Amino acid sequence: MTVRLFNFRGGVKPDSHKNESSATPIARAALPPRLVIPLRQGIRSTARCLVEVGQSVLKGECIGEGEGPLGTAVHASTSGTVVEVAPYPMAHASGLDTLCVVIEPDGADEWIAHEALDRRTLPREAVLKYLSDHGIVGMGGATFPTHIKLGNGRGIDTLVINGAECEPWITCDDRLMRERAADILSGAAILRELIGADRTLVGIEDNKPEAIEAMGRAAAVLSEPIEIVAVPTLYPAGGEKQLIRVLTGIEIAHGKLGSEFGVQCFNVGTAHAVCRAIHHGEPLISRVVTLTGNVDRPGNHEVLIGTPVESLLALAAPRPDTDRYLMGGPMMGVALPDLGVPIAKGSNCVIAASPALFPPPPPELPCIRCGACARVCPADLQPFELYWFSRAKNVGKAQEYHLFDCIECGCCSFVCPSHIPLVDYFRFSKSEIWARERELKAADHARERFEFRNFRQEREKEEKAAKLAAKAAETRAKLSGTPGAGDTAPRPADEDPKKALIAAALARAKQQKAAVAPKNTDALDADARAEIAAIDARREKAKLEGSDAAS
Amino acid sequence: MIHSPYIRKPASVQRVMFAVLLALLPGVAAYVWQVAEVVVVNLLLATVTALAAEALMLALRKRPVAPALSDLSAVVTAWLVVLCFPPILPWWVTVLGVLIAIVAVKHLYGGLGQNPFNPAMVAYCAMIVAFPSLMSQWPPAGQLDFQTQLDLVLGGAREIDAITGATALDAMRTGLRASGASVDAVLLQPGAFGAFGGRGWEWLPLGYAAGGLYLFARRIITWHMPVAFLAALALISGVFWLANPAQFAPPWFHLASGGAMLAAFFIVTDPVSGATTPRGKLIFAAGIALIAYLIRVFGAFPEGIAFAVLLMNICVPLIDMKTQPPVFGHREGRLP
Repeated sequence: MTVRLFNFRGGVKPDSHKNESSATPIARAALPPRLVIPLRQGIRSTARCLVEVGQSVLKGECIGEGEGPLGTAVHASTSGTVVEVAPYPMAHASGLDTLCVVIEPDGADEWIAHEALDRRTLPREAVLKYLSDHGIVGMGGATFPTHIKLGNGRGIDTLVINGAECEPWITCDDRLMRERAADILSGAAILRELIGADRTLVGIEDNKPEAIEAMGRAAAVLSEPIEIVAVPTLYPAGGEKQLIRVLTGIEIAHGKLGSEFGVQCFNVGTAHAVCRAIHHGEPLISRVVTLTGNVDRPGNHEVLIGTPVESLLALAAPRPDTDRYLMGGPMMGVALPDLGVPIAKGSNCVIAASPALFPPPPPELPCIRCGACARVCPADLQPFELYWFSRAKNVGKAQEYHLFDCIECGCCSFVCPSHIPLVDYFRFSKSEIWARERELKAADHARERFEFRNFRQEREKEEKAAKLAAKAAETRAKLSGTPGAGDTAPRPADEDPKKALIAAALARAKQQKAAVAPKNTDALDADARAEIAAIDARREKAKLEGSDAAS
Repeated sequence: MIHSPYIRKPASVQRVMFAVLLALLPGVAAYVWQVAEVVVVNLLLATVTALAAEALMLALRKRPVAPALSDLSAVVTAWLVVLCFPPILPWWVTVLGVLIAIVAVKHLYGGLGQNPFNPAMVAYCAMIVAFPSLMSQWPPAGQLDFQTQLDLVLGGAREIDAITGATALDAMRTGLRASGASVDAVLLQPGAFGAFGGRGWEWLPLGYAAGGLYLFARRIITWHMPVAFLAALALISGVFWLANPAQFAPPWFHLASGGAMLAAFFIVTDPVSGATTPRGKLIFAAGIALIAYLIRVFGAFPEGIAFAVLLMNICVPLIDMKTQPPVFGHREGRLP
């Protein structure tokens, strides 16, 4: 069966310079005087340090425990003593320091007890945990944790193994495929099984015929659904999305992962590391590194993770006019800030650079909109438009023209006749946008807090006002309620005796008047008088009784 | 600090412009061989004028002179001005045209890469409006000796009618309009016409086409613009010709006459003032061809390409905005 190949648009063909370093077999680099093992292996998580200064460790002993779901473990690359746990610079464009465990090797290189995993008896999750505990991450450069990429074991039909190695000068995957094809394919078989794919496609650029042949021979003896596919040599065919496109025709949509399209991609180095971990119980403590460029003895070396670059240089014998060193390839690599930088799990190549080999770019000229950059862009962007927007700091427009689909492969800068460092402009615009988003987030946060404060103040004011109003109403009710309510009940009791007293006084005054000037009662007979007297007496008595009753 | 990529293709604006000059040589050779040797004098004069104007403007704008001067873009502009002007113009018209192109159109808009209009075409339009009779004096191929040509260029008496004939396009227009003759009758008139275009002049388009193919092979231009331009010109002239062969010239006449081939490979393809997206290039070039044909046939000027180019230059920002190609992983999504 042959695999139908697809192509991606764009791409460039820089001089490959692979022959310099691909001729000699992988050599084992000597034990360096000290190892600086970074606890942070990718950009996503940093392992928690498990060792103390002075502690002796064995080769393969876990010295850092993965934290969080993205965390993977870090191991001692050789036996020795921990002499320091401190931040050291890393090979990263940011130039930021990261926490490292410094080990002084004892020279014995003594392994910790380790054995192959019988994964048939274990559930899938346990195998993923095992890989994470053995520090397995993507070795193509991005060091993304492999156990995360393996996902939930459903919905993937094609496993892509990336042996394209499209960057010039780098040959570590080439040598690995030539010399350890069986291990790579056995690791690929494990990955395929774990991910639940039906077939495996190994993509190798056709400028590596020996690697294609070796892998083909190794695949022939396996009863695995593996295809070794030669893909056209065209940078950046080794980009994950580009290789998937070439091998399957699937175009991974923006912001989506390969797994959502039924395909997942791993580097050949990762497959090799998986094989070593499962079949031999070895954690990821070394990798193949290409030493090349302006050197007398270019080649590939099996290097312990944590080996400082300066300890490696003697192996390659850099020439005297070397002015700097690059980590990675010339298209996407980083110039090393200092030579103490250690080899990490994603470090595939160290290139000695000289002004003759990598001349400084000619002065930047104005863009003539020739469109050469658009023709080579593997993301189908219009780099010159992005350049105008970036130059004008119109980052919103740049974003609208899909700035964030730029993979920074460098093709546009490579071909620009005006020598404009286009990728630098895009990096700048991206960082500008990130900064703005951070600011916006901070501003949003501040605004939310301010608005909430206003709201709270308003609410408190209202609550206060409501409380006040209630209190006022109550007070008013009390004030107006006291006279009104007391009117009817206690007054009669007060008033009746008063009226009675007044009436009594009036009656006495009448009586005195009547006594002083008798009227028609003067000439009364004795009976009549006696009767009147009796009535008066009763009246008096009644008066007294009334006043008694009242009092 | 230099960042990745650390390697670059040996490409430069100078190489691009040099390739364009190289590609113009077959056309220039045909010009010299078939029409007028004096074009070489004009090219030299224009080159010197352009470089001087470029240097002066760069100095005035306080820009580094040497790198911009050595990029050869001013020379390309100068040569294009000369090749679209009549060869026997007085020298000062050529100089004026080049000055307009370099000073006004290029530098007043911000220099290389910033001009929204094609410099050579603005120069042509300005001159044909300012000096319509001088700009219409096209010598008949191979009938003036070099001394006469040089005298005309350097000044002196101009016996206009005696020395100039009508161009093929001009003859066709006047033949069709003034004398009311049919296309075939006009083509049979002696003097102006050759096998398929203007007599003698018809070799120039072949030279330009050869140079254009070289530019295509060097990947300095893409196929889109020349193909769209020539196809649209052939299509519209073909439609009119088929509808009324007596009144409208056949498509091959339009393709081989005037500046059609020069425009197809060297004028329309100017990257700075043209559309940049693949679909945009097709629209841009086809639009120029259609407008140019309408001006040639129905307009006031015998050759309409220059005006058509300027009209389409105006549309470039809109065309580019509306024809942004889909980005990897966004095949369905287009820019608003």
